Amino acid sequence: MLAGRATANIVRRPFYGQDLILQMDAIGVGSLPITVLIGFFSGVIMALQMSRALSQYGATGQVGQITAITLVREMGPVLTALLIAGRNASGIASELGSMKVSEQIDAMRALGTDPVKKLVTPRLLAMCVTLPLLTIIADFVGLIGGYMVAVPLLRLTTGAQYWNNAWRSLEYNDIAQGLLKPFLFAVIIALVGCLYGMRTSGGTQGVGKATTQAVVVASVWIFIVTAVITRIFVNL
Amino acid sequence: MPRQEPKERRCILKFEEVSVIFEEGHAILDRVSFEIWSGETRILLGAAGSGKTVMMKIALGLLRPTHGKVYVFGEDVTGFDERKWFDVRSYIGVLFQEGGLFDSLTVEENVAYPLLNQARFMAGGKKPTAESVRPDVQEALNFVELGKTMSKFPSELSGGMRRRVGIARGSVTDPELFLYDSPTAGLDPITANTIITLLIKDRELRNTTTVIITHRFQDGHLLANFRYNPEKEKLEKLPSASPFLERTKFMVMQNGRLVFEGTEAELAISRDPYISKFSMHPATKVS
Repeated sequence: MLAGRATANIVRRPFYGQDLILQMDAIGVGSLPITVLIGFFSGVIMALQMSRALSQYGATGQVGQITAITLVREMGPVLTALLIAGRNASGIASELGSMKVSEQIDAMRALGTDPVKKLVTPRLLAMCVTLPLLTIIADFVGLIGGYMVAVPLLRLTTGAQYWNNAWRSLEYNDIAQGLLKPFLFAVIIALVGCLYGMRTSGGTQGVGKATTQAVVVASVWIFIVTAVITRIFVNL
Repeated sequence: MPRQEPKERRCILKFEEVSVIFEEGHAILDRVSFEIWSGETRILLGAAGSGKTVMMKIALGLLRPTHGKVYVFGEDVTGFDERKWFDVRSYIGVLFQEGGLFDSLTVEENVAYPLLNQARFMAGGKKPTAESVRPDVQEALNFVELGKTMSKFPSELSGGMRRRVGIARGSVTDPELFLYDSPTAGLDPITANTIITLLIKDRELRNTTTVIITHRFQDGHLLANFRYNPEKEKLEKLPSASPFLERTKFMVMQNGRLVFEGTEAELAISRDPYISKFSMHPATKVS
């Protein structure tokens, strides 16, 4: 119901554009430094792990390919989503939960404004726009991390070969699931955060409980959805 | 600007046999019926848990009645969905018990909130901005004598000041009906009297229909017997034959039932032991 109401509100007046921009700033720009950091080290770790495995088969030149496929298909979307779930599902749940227990949501309704439209819709939209973008950035920075390990550090391959392999290994199928997953994760994170926030009861203890539940439930759903999507794309 | 008094009085709020049953067999409200007409003031008295706040929430559409009908501004709103209610609520001012202010917004942003977010102020696609509504916000805050607190946050204000900001936020849209939930609860007598003075001032300068939930008989006594004199900028007692005396009525709630509805004089002569707890002689109660 919450998803339906929040989605229907996208096309209904009044539009709260300023709230959308504020949320995009909080979720997107606010999460950018940590996303870049995690993305970079994902690529570094992937290249380091693969260097050992690939050297056994004399295929160290394929490190770019392995790093690109793993990052774009799975690690980029899932790690970024888990990071955003920890950072923003908790933030959304605690903010809305505090508003709920201090009757600010009731005050909002009493003042003639729809809390779903004012609070949920901007967060859902902002998350759907920013999470795929953050994932693309994380993937790209991860590839740079892999390059730093593979080329200047371990000299497994040349720079040209690394980037050429990485680029040529990616198919439309990989790009599609690499973008579909963050979009679905965004819907999960925003709606779970808002739902647990708006259902909060039991004072400050309830706010803490709602925050924890939001992160746990969002994380579990991220793994379930990625498994289902991967299963679908593997058969395509 | 004071609103012109309407030529014809109309029914602003009407409850018709309204009941609310939360749990099986336990009625929070039990067949409550009353009518409030434009320009009237109602003082809602009753012990804690008697159903006063539930009545206010039903009048605002925050709760739905289990049985009965509710009319707001002459329209049957019983079956209204949440979207229809948003429009109705934009014509109702409300003050919550603790002010109900948004703690992450400044005083100015709190008071500007209804003007910037209610659909009725965005008609014609022209959306108001913080700059365009600032004069109205300043006027509303000046009205409650808090014109210099625009940039403060609610946490920086005292309890009485938060209520006054709540009054400013409720009145900035010039509502036809203003609901106050325990506006003086937990305040010292001086601050409580300041709040009631503001309520009387708002009622008379804007001709607002007013419903007040309170535990204090003193609040009701002041509202029933005093008017605001704009020239002298203070309250003055109404003459005994004033028609305004009839416009203020008291209602007493007991265990979800409306057990009394009448003027202060009628309340004073009640022999019911519960009702008489709210009707002690003013001379002995009012400070």
